Amino acid sequence: MTNSSVKPYGKKSNVWKWVFGILGGVFLVFAVLVGYMIWRMNYVPAGLDYSTTQTTANGLYRVSYSSGTSPIPINKLHTWTLHVETPQGQPVEDAQIALDGDMPQHGHGLPTRPQVTLYQGGGNYLVEGVKFQMGGWWVMDFTVSAGGKTDTVRFNLLLK
Amino acid sequence: MKVRGIYWGLSLAVLGAVVGLGLNLGRAKGQGWSAEELKTLEGLWIGSLEVLPPDPTNRYADDPKAAQLGHQLFFDPRFSSNGKVSCASCHKPQLAFTDGLPLGKGVGTTARKTMTIVGTAYSPWQFWDGRKDSQWAQALGPLESPVEHGGNRTQYARLIAQHYKAEYEALFGPLPDLSKLPTSAGPVEDKKAHAAWEAMSEADREKVTRVYVNLGKAIAAYERKILPGASRFDRYVEALRKGDTQGMQQALNPDEIAGLKLFIGKAGCTNCHGGPLFTNNDFHNTGIPAAAGLPEDLGRAQGAKQVKADEFNCLSRYSDAKPSQCSELRFLKTDGHELERAFKPPTLRNVALTAPYMHAGQKKTLREVLEHYNTAPQAPAGHSELKPLRLSQKELGQLEAFLKSLSGPLNAPAGFLAAPRQHE
Repeated sequence: MTNSSVKPYGKKSNVWKWVFGILGGVFLVFAVLVGYMIWRMNYVPAGLDYSTTQTTANGLYRVSYSSGTSPIPINKLHTWTLHVETPQGQPVEDAQIALDGDMPQHGHGLPTRPQVTLYQGGGNYLVEGVKFQMGGWWVMDFTVSAGGKTDTVRFNLLLK
Repeated sequence: MKVRGIYWGLSLAVLGAVVGLGLNLGRAKGQGWSAEELKTLEGLWIGSLEVLPPDPTNRYADDPKAAQLGHQLFFDPRFSSNGKVSCASCHKPQLAFTDGLPLGKGVGTTARKTMTIVGTAYSPWQFWDGRKDSQWAQALGPLESPVEHGGNRTQYARLIAQHYKAEYEALFGPLPDLSKLPTSAGPVEDKKAHAAWEAMSEADREKVTRVYVNLGKAIAAYERKILPGASRFDRYVEALRKGDTQGMQQALNPDEIAGLKLFIGKAGCTNCHGGPLFTNNDFHNTGIPAAAGLPEDLGRAQGAKQVKADEFNCLSRYSDAKPSQCSELRFLKTDGHELERAFKPPTLRNVALTAPYMHAGQKKTLREVLEHYNTAPQAPAGHSELKPLRLSQKELGQLEAFLKSLSGPLNAPAGFLAAPRQHE
C-alpha cells in the first residue's frame, strides 16, 4: 500500500486510471461469466465437419448419406440412404454395415436401433429405423465391411 | 499510464456495446423473439399439431360407432372385479384424464402415477415405460391387472354379451358361444381364474381373446378422439404470428413470457418437452428419487423388453398392421445404459391440473418439480441426463407461471368428456 492509490487527492490521471481499471475489470469478469454460461449450455466443439460425405478412418471407402425426409426431422422415424464407394469412385457392392448414433453432450444415443435393411444396388444401402429424439449435436458412426476389409466413418449432425 | 487506462476502458466499452447490439439485433424482429426462438414457439403451438395419424394396428380406430361403444366401456364400472372400477375412475375428464393421486387406485394400489390419455394417439409408446405400443394394447393392461380393474377375459366377454351384444356384433361380427366357458378365466394373477384359463381349449382361449382385443380396440377408438385444445400460450403464439401486440399482452403476462423464454432457452425444457404436445414421447432418466416403499423400478429398460414380448404388440396376430407398418417395434432399442430408470416425459398441456408429478407422484407441486431440475440430484440408478440449471427463485417462479398458462379445454366430439347417459 505504498503507491499512489493511498493518496485520494493525488494526480488526476491516477484517479481515472483506477476508475477505468475497475470498470474494465468488472466488465471483463462479467463477459467471462456470460461467455462461460453460453459455452456450457451450447458447447459443441469448434471446427466439426458436418459434410454428408466422409472418407473412412483408414481411407478405404468414401461414404455419403442422404435422409429420406428433408430436413432431417426431430422425433420421427425416417430412412437414410448410405452410398459407399472406393476412393476411386467405384460403388462398393454387398457390404456389411453396422451403425449407431450418439449425443455426446447428453449421455444418450438414438432411441432406436436402426439397421441396413436393403442393398439397393449401385453402392446404395437403405437404412431404416433412424430417429432423433431431440435437436443438438449428434454423431452417427458406421462400420463398413466389404471383401474382408473393415473401416469406420463418423458423421456429425447439428439438428434443429 | 493515463492513456493506457483510457484506451482499456474505451475498448471494453466498445466491445460491450458490440456484444449487446449483436444480441439485440436478433430480437429486433418478432416482438422480442429471435428468428430461431420464433421457430421453436411455432413448433410448440397447437396449430402445428399434425392431423391425427392413422393407427394401422386397429382397423376400427376411426369408426365412429367403435368410438361410441368405447365411450360407454370407458365409463362402465361393471368391467372390474368389484363392479366399481372403470377406466374413468383413474382417468377423470375434469383432471385432464388423470386422478390427482400419487399412485393409481383401482381395486388396489398400483406402483405408478396415472398418466393422461389426452393426445396419446400421437405416441408410439404407452405407459411411463412404453411397455405397450398402441392405445388398444394399453387399455387391455389395467383390465387384467390385479390392482386396477382386477377382472379377467371370460368375465369381460360375458359382460359384452350381456350388455353390448348388438353394438359389438354390428362392429365385429357375431360373438362366440360363451355359455360353456368358465365365468372367470384369464391369464391373470388370480390362481383360480388362471387355472380355469389353462384348462380351456386353445380354440376357446383364442375366441375369448379376440373379444377382449375388440374391447380394447373400441376403447382406443374413443380415446383417440380426446385431444388437447388451445391454451393461453397458443393464443399468444397466434397473436405473435399476426403481429398483434395487444393480443399477445392479453394472452400472457410479463412473468409468463419470461418463463416461456427460459422454457425454450436457458432451462432446456424443450429437449424432452418439445413439439405441440410438449413431449418427445421418448424415455429419459432425470434422476427422480425412488418412491419409498415401492419395488425397484427400471423404467424403459424393462418396458422395452416387455413391449417386444407383448402378446398384443404391433407385430402380434391381434394387430391389424402389416409388419412394414411396425417400424417403431422392429427398430426398438432394448439395451443401452440410458434405458435404465428412463421414463416417458408426459405432455405438459394442462400440467397445472395433473399434480402430483413424476412416475410415482414423487413431486407434489410444480415448484417441487422445478426445484428438482434446478438442482439435478444424482439418479438412484442409471445416469441422470440433467445438469443443474442454477436458476434464481424468481426465474423458477416465472417458469411455474408459464407452465400454468398451458391449461386449456380439451378438444373432443360432443359428449365425449363426460359419462354417457346410462353410466351417470
